[in-house]
Amino acid sequence: MNTPIADPYSLPLDELDPSAGVLFQRQLHWAYFERLRKEDPVHFVDSEEFGPYWSITKFKDIMFVDSHHNEFSSEPMIVIGEPDSDFIPPQFIAMDPPKHDVQRAAVAPAVAPKQLVEWESLIRERIQEVLDGLPVGETFNWVDRVSIELTGRMLATLFGIPQEDRAKLTKWSDVATSSPAVGMSGISLEERKAGLRECLAYFTEVWNQRVNEPPAMDFISLLAHNPDTRDMDPMEYLGNLLLLIVGGNDTTRNSMTGGVYALNKFPEQFDKLKADHSLIPNMVSEIIRWQTPLAHMRRLATQDVEVGGKTIKKGDKVVMWYVSGNRDDEVIDSPNEFIIDRARARHHVSFGFGIHRCMGNRLGEMQLQILWEELLARFSHIEVMAEPERVESNFVMGYTDLQVKLHA
Amino acid sequence: MPSVTYIEFDGTPHTVEAENGSSLMQAAVDNEVPGIDADCGGGCACATCHVYVDEVWIAKLNSADVMETSMLQLAEGVAANSRLSCQIELNDGLDGLTVHLPESQH
Repeated sequence: MNTPIADPYSLPLDELDPSAGVLFQRQLHWAYFERLRKEDPVHFVDSEEFGPYWSITKFKDIMFVDSHHNEFSSEPMIVIGEPDSDFIPPQFIAMDPPKHDVQRAAVAPAVAPKQLVEWESLIRERIQEVLDGLPVGETFNWVDRVSIELTGRMLATLFGIPQEDRAKLTKWSDVATSSPAVGMSGISLEERKAGLRECLAYFTEVWNQRVNEPPAMDFISLLAHNPDTRDMDPMEYLGNLLLLIVGGNDTTRNSMTGGVYALNKFPEQFDKLKADHSLIPNMVSEIIRWQTPLAHMRRLATQDVEVGGKTIKKGDKVVMWYVSGNRDDEVIDSPNEFIIDRARARHHVSFGFGIHRCMGNRLGEMQLQILWEELLARFSHIEVMAEPERVESNFVMGYTDLQVKLHA
Repeated sequence: MPSVTYIEFDGTPHTVEAENGSSLMQAAVDNEVPGIDADCGGGCACATCHVYVDEVWIAKLNSADVMETSMLQLAEGVAANSRLSCQIELNDGLDGLTVHLPESQH
């Protein structure tokens, strides 16, 4: 934790590398991106940890790269690090068309707006149950008691597995995102592989059950009954499982925590919210922008492409820093401020753009909206008692601990 | 100044006077027509400005390009007359254009 980190303004520009996981964990990445947006928005660096890559840091350049999937491939993976050569579970977020399109289309119905109507009352009941079980006037870890608990329950429903197995999903999600490929140093490849094998074994049993049952609206049933996906090999099944687990877990979980933290950092916004609950939907978009649950996505250039006056060469690695695009003052006014009634709050880059845009965005928004409706109906204040502890990652902008106290 | 009509899923019509050269999406956003989110701001990059173009108008529009067709896969309830309204540029020839909005944007 005590490795000294250079002030980005003290470094020569061509050595500026914003990718170390510890930068994000210690919240020192902001100044790196501020300098890059100002001085070199399309920035090439040969990173000690991740090799040579381009950093895209401005909103409009990110949108350009993200929406040009023919020029920028998502294969073989969508995070900055290189895959362990013998272990790359394929997943549709890291595929190009046409395979991407059919696999995504197979599972999308579970989180489409029509299906959300079915989920809504279930989500509300669960949120009520979890909130009613929280202690008032005592300090506790919001991440464990609320964020993980709620996202775990939702995930178990989306996969159609028993609720008592939900902690497994949270564990596999953490295993999947704990990798040197995102700048996290604490887990060995062997540990990671063992965790993922356990995940595959569990879900192979689930698959075998679903195949013999009538089609249902859960991810596994949708995959098992769709002609485009029912013959997937085990590694591809694992890859897509991990995508769906992480996509539905880390993102919503950390937005549930980030919102509480943001409202405490900006208490006048908390007052505004308490006075007008109709601001909740707009605030949810602002939370997702302010938090930016996933900091980046990576691409490989398939041809020479000019971006922001620089030529990215065929084969070059390109990293779109969403966490920076969401702080770009050319597109977002006062981007460092958390403003719950911000105009055009939906205009943020957290969901990505183009064909890989977040599939579960509406479900994530709905969970956050209901959470805040039910919180405001119960408690007069949610008080943050200490600065949060964060994940060491350049990918997941996550919290492991946020101590809070509820006021009746 | 073409006049265009958006009909919400529940049947509520909104007729607005649009600027020549503005997009069908922008005209909706500028006039606060509900039901068009336009998250990406007009870049054909999010599919949250999905509309159904009334049959009589389809032939008068430029056709959807490859990117628009790709992005439409992300929308819900896509039909043969589905378009992304950010990709339709308005002009006097489109005076009277009428579109229906989907139940929700994905």
